Amino acid sequence: MSDYSITILNFIAIQAIVACGLNVIVGYAGQISLGHAAFFGIGAYSSALLTTKAGLTFWAALPLVVLITAAIGLVLGMPSLRLREDFLAVTTIGINFIVESVFLYVPFFGGALGLGGIPSIVFFGTRLRGANFLYLCLFFLALVLLISRRFTKSWAGLACFALREEETAASSMGVSPVRFKLMAFVIGTAMAGLGGALYAHQMRFISATDFGFPLSVMMMSMVVLGGIGTLWGPVLGALILGVLPEVFRPLVDYRMLLNAAILLLMIRFQPDGLLGEGSLLRRIFPKRGETSHG
Amino acid sequence: MDDMLLRLDNVSKHFGGLKAVDEVSFSLGRGEILGLIGPNGAGKTTCFNLVSGVYAPTSGKIFFEGASTGGFPPHRMAALGVGRTFQVVKPFATLSVLRNVMVALGLRRYGGVLSSFARWETPAVRKEATALLEEVGIADLAEAPSGKLPLGNQRRLELARALALKPKLLLLDETFSGLRHEEVALLSRLVLDVRSKGIAVLLIEHNMKVAMGLSDRLVVLDHGRLLAEGSAEDVRSNPRVVEAYLGKGASSHAS
Repeated sequence: MSDYSITILNFIAIQAIVACGLNVIVGYAGQISLGHAAFFGIGAYSSALLTTKAGLTFWAALPLVVLITAAIGLVLGMPSLRLREDFLAVTTIGINFIVESVFLYVPFFGGALGLGGIPSIVFFGTRLRGANFLYLCLFFLALVLLISRRFTKSWAGLACFALREEETAASSMGVSPVRFKLMAFVIGTAMAGLGGALYAHQMRFISATDFGFPLSVMMMSMVVLGGIGTLWGPVLGALILGVLPEVFRPLVDYRMLLNAAILLLMIRFQPDGLLGEGSLLRRIFPKRGETSHG
Repeated sequence: MDDMLLRLDNVSKHFGGLKAVDEVSFSLGRGEILGLIGPNGAGKTTCFNLVSGVYAPTSGKIFFEGASTGGFPPHRMAALGVGRTFQVVKPFATLSVLRNVMVALGLRRYGGVLSSFARWETPAVRKEATALLEEVGIADLAEAPSGKLPLGNQRRLELARALALKPKLLLLDETFSGLRHEEVALLSRLVLDVRSKGIAVLLIEHNMKVAMGLSDRLVVLDHGRLLAEGSAEDVRSNPRVVEAYLGKGASSHAS
């Protein structure tokens, strides 16, 4: 494989990790978030700062990065998740813009120049580049998928499904809405933080505009396209939306148009996504395993 | 001091200027079936929402097993032993019938961090859920998506979910409405079974035959106020009750 395709695959794997996190929030717990890129950015900036200014290695910084992102997720989620549906959507968009502005205007975060000189990841003395970096991303993607799957098998996951379907009924069955929505939100943002750390060390230079609202929309598109609330949907969505622009290179000016068209077609013809209940793919290849749904 | 299971003490709930429930007091003993009746808009469902914690009372106190619980959120009331059904059924539509019941079986596990990360689909939980579905007679539909069931079966599912909480008090909000005659008979039998296990039942019912047949006592609400209280016989012959249902002047015709 060429370096070029490996770089594309790296991006896809990282975005799949972040999309899986979004899927926990939107797919499992049913809470709209249109600000997921903010947490991706918080992960990237935390890791960049910890490895450059604090001099930690990637591995020492990683647990801190995940903790920091999850803690910020907790603090921002606490007031936001009391809102429902469109209000929550607007609030999360707001969070995205505020976080992006903080990165852009606070000198500590490098301001408009961004942060550079982020070290490569060193694993047992070798600098991870190209295919080796891809293996690392795939390892973390597998980990994220395992955690997602385990979550759907836990009482907490079941509580989230119940909240997604019928909040009043779920709470009358002992499910505390705030507690379980927050739990899903924190798990989802922690996954975004992990993806952000990988991104920072792949790019080795990051700036605020990498983590803007359009990326949040892209993340949401991946989840919707692949199948909201399914285990593999976000991965498939990330793969398709990551590969398409490369295949249709000549149409680069129409990329947003193409994405919008795909979304509209999906919503019209396959509202549960490519891997959702009753989708074309599911009917052609009946499932053995299970999704989060029935 | 308080051997009543549930006691409402001058409870009011106002929505702006509307007094949906206005200084209502009544109580319910252990293992008792109390019917809550009254014309549309009398405040019956609001009463339910106050007892189950969906609303906090504007004033007055609610006691459950002697402890003041007014303003507790629904998930705490569930943990204390209040199970309920909804007037407009609220199934977890994309989840299977069996999983709907399993959600309620998790009641004791949602409180702790460790217990909420335990696996839910174990043979023991499955068996318990299946037994509850058998009790309400829809075990054959266990794997069907609950949102696609006909109303009668959804109401039975709601009953199974409420029973899965092992409640001390069961709130039934028009569980019998829209059902066929045989289904009403079956559910009535179920309610009596439930009571024989010592569970108290508070039911809202428009079907007077069912309400009067099942209840030990009735409480009549009208325009948010307590209108009458007593046995089916007392309530039926109370001129104020007849007036509330049929209008002024009707009581003289009725008698």
